[in-house]
Amino acid sequence: MSQGSGSMRTPIGRVRGLGAAHSGTKDFFRQRLTALAMLLLFIPALVVVMMLLGRNHAAAVQILGSPLVAVIMILFIIASAWHMKLGMQVVIEDYVHDEKLKLAAIIANTFFSAAVGLASIYAIIKLSSGV
Amino acid sequence: MTVSTNRPLSPFMTYRWTLTMAMSFVHRATGVALYVGTLLMAWWLIAAASGPAAYGAIQGFTASWIGRLILLGYTWALLHHMLGGLRHFVWDLGYGFGAAEREWITRATLIGSITLTVVIWVIAYAAGGAR
Ligand code: HEM
Repeated sequence: MSQGSGSMRTPIGRVRGLGAAHSGTKDFFRQRLTALAMLLLFIPALVVVMMLLGRNHAAAVQILGSPLVAVIMILFIIASAWHMKLGMQVVIEDYVHDEKLKLAAIIANTFFSAAVGLASIYAIIKLSSGV
Repeated sequence: MTVSTNRPLSPFMTYRWTLTMAMSFVHRATGVALYVGTLLMAWWLIAAASGPAAYGAIQGFTASWIGRLILLGYTWALLHHMLGGLRHFVWDLGYGFGAAEREWITRATLIGSITLTVVIWVIAYAAGGAR
């Protein structure tokens, strides 16, 4: 126990609302929060993709680098990266039961999601400041 | 040797496989497919930020039949997962648990995702082909 014997919190008070995941419903809520964000951003992001179809590199740079498009894309990327990290973690926790393997998979999942998200955001920022 | 008839049975042995069960699995499968598919999004944005040659390479890939097939699959996976997510929101708010509603909403998800995929690709070909 991290709390000393002097703590006023009873054991039941400490664990209440935390459940089997030991971290409460935070991840469950954020999975829904990021899903809602993507739901709202879906139509604008689709319009951006439609604008790019059949266009060459110069046009793509101009479109992706314009402030409104860049902000929409960055918001969409942040929501996706966060959502997919949380979602895949649930999948891993459901199927991988070896503790060490599970930890390794969760770490790999976090790295992958962060790398994909940051690489995409970096590309948008670079496009916004001229290739 | 006699075979005991009282041993516990797995759910898959005692329950008929229903559309709602299949959809629950499909939501997970599309989530994982979208997860892997973010590599494509990152490749596309990094290519745009890298220059005309790199952008030409991904345009060549997306114009190939395998590229088109992957993008078609990605479009459907995203739409199906999105509508499935909407279904989760309805449930999270406490609605749609009745047998008839559950079946109806599940069918609507499937029909909706296929219809929207076709609509989006028709618009995409019209918009992209016109340029
Ligand atoms: C508008 C877009 C989206 C909505 C509304 C949405 C909604 C949801 C919801 C509500 C869940 C939780 C399901 C549950 O608790 O069983 C979920 C799970 C998941 N989502 Fe999404 N999502 C969206 C887009 C995406 C994208 C773009 C990705 C990947 C890049 C993704 C990957 C996942 C994964 C891996 C899971 C976990 C699957 C599972 O636990 O069975 N989602 N999504």
